[in-house]
Amino acid sequence: MKISKEQVEHVAMLARLELTEAEQEIYTEQLNSILDYAALLDKLDTQGVEPMAHALPLKNVFRDDVVQPSISQARALANAPDAEEGFFKVPKIV
Amino acid sequence: MTLTELTAHELHDRLSRKETSAVEIARAFTQRIEAVEDSVQAYNLLTGERAMAQAEAIDAKLARGESIGALAGIPMALKDNMCTEGIPTTCSSKMLQNFVPPYNATVVERLAEAGSVVLGKLNMDEFAMGSSTENSAFKQTCNPWDLARVPGGSSGGAVASVAADEAVFSLGSDTGGSIRQPAAFCGVVGLKPTYGYVSRYGLIAFASSLDQIGPITKDVTDCALVMNTIAGHDPKDSTSAPVDTPDFTKYLVNDIKGLRVGIPQEYFGSGLEPEVAAVIKAAIAKLEELGAIVDECSMPHTEYAMPTYYLIAPAECSSNLARYDGVSYGYRTEGATDIINMFKKTRSEGFGPEVKRRIMLGTYALSSGYYDAYYLKALKVRTLIKQDFDRAFAKFDVLLSPTAPTAAFKFGEKSANPLAMYMSDICTVPANLAGIPAISVPCGFANGLPVGMHLMGKAFDEGTLLRASYTFEQNTEHHKAKPKLGVS
Repeated sequence: MKISKEQVEHVAMLARLELTEAEQEIYTEQLNSILDYAALLDKLDTQGVEPMAHALPLKNVFRDDVVQPSISQARALANAPDAEEGFFKVPKIV
Repeated sequence: MTLTELTAHELHDRLSRKETSAVEIARAFTQRIEAVEDSVQAYNLLTGERAMAQAEAIDAKLARGESIGALAGIPMALKDNMCTEGIPTTCSSKMLQNFVPPYNATVVERLAEAGSVVLGKLNMDEFAMGSSTENSAFKQTCNPWDLARVPGGSSGGAVASVAADEAVFSLGSDTGGSIRQPAAFCGVVGLKPTYGYVSRYGLIAFASSLDQIGPITKDVTDCALVMNTIAGHDPKDSTSAPVDTPDFTKYLVNDIKGLRVGIPQEYFGSGLEPEVAAVIKAAIAKLEELGAIVDECSMPHTEYAMPTYYLIAPAECSSNLARYDGVSYGYRTEGATDIINMFKKTRSEGFGPEVKRRIMLGTYALSSGYYDAYYLKALKVRTLIKQDFDRAFAKFDVLLSPTAPTAAFKFGEKSANPLAMYMSDICTVPANLAGIPAISVPCGFANGLPVGMHLMGKAFDEGTLLRASYTFEQNTEHHKAKPKLGVS
């Protein structure tokens, strides 16, 4: 499988990255060399093999639905690039 | 011997006997950092004033006649991806340059309860992505054994600080070898615990199914002591293992008679430097001499571990790093016109080249039409790699290999070729995929540079790794060697 410059542009859009022309060239080349290497996996028959997403057999770790202390609104907003009246502020969306 | 050269247990003995004070120790480290930090560049941030206050609190306890814990009054430092309340935590990224966490990571809380003195935050590859610490957005950390060489990565600052006696121990994180490979490069002990043994709460995520925090220490005893403090179930981390933790120091036994050591042949491939191979061979002979039963074995899926890792880790990274959008914390671009434009500009300006490369790779591997071919395929091969380990551990107690195929390389030597850099982690990545513990222990020198012996064990069997490492250490002198930094 070869990844084209157009695909690199599309993936950058999905990842919300803005790449320069030069970056697009470089990433196309480098991603292809990494994916060529990844193609090694095609040699293996994985029919019927269960995928392993995680090392521990843990599922749905719940706690009781009891209110616990949490950080204040002021502290939660303290790192915000822009905030107003208790809200995160962002540029116009629509 | 000066105070800064001592281990945590040696310093603890002196503190308990009142031969020194926590303040005196903290001062010694402040002076040592002043003397060598210009050449080593391990720290992103020094927290000297807080450290001194913590040391004074321990001295006050001692003055009241109270007994203190093993790590009380011991100066240490943290890789800069562990959240510290009120102290910047940057991940060595422009994205988090001004981020001041409103809470502590669980490991930070536990060290505070233990009375450890925190000296500062340590440089790393940006977001822990790299094998040389050259991907830091801020500074270049040097290998104390040869300042023209990399310390390894991504926990480069964490190992360099310990190797250069700028901290007694440190905490690093290991996603594909980021504790063990640099520990080998700088001649210190580095343990990646079993996945889930140490809480990841407050560790800034790279690849959540692989990341694990672990100790970087001057000897194996300190490694056990740090594990006693940081390991254990944490309700704040849903992937934390609900298991009891032992007293890890009970495994510090100088005896490996009958220990079954497997040597997986696939870890001794073509990329292995002959000088490193010779040192590892001598270490194997030493273990045999000490009573271990050594035999070769085969782990046929080893060659697939790297491509598997370089699909799974970037996939998880692209998902984890989606949160950096310039909205709630971190960097935001100036003067964006609309929200999508703000996201794009923020992320493009805030992330460095390696981080962007992995986000791109992971996004591609997870994208519609490619998910089955890349990501799902990799998860299936991960099962096969895990099964290799299950089979090997039916016959062996530990598996032994080099920690890295080479000793520390020079700056710039691999930075232009991502694949060549990735190969540096070829021996360490499989343990992360399988979720098992692995340790790197100093075992000699190749052309004057430290070499690490890598031991892998069964899940939650850190005990056997510690016993084997301790026995090796007690019967060799490698861990006592110190780099000459041109200062006394």
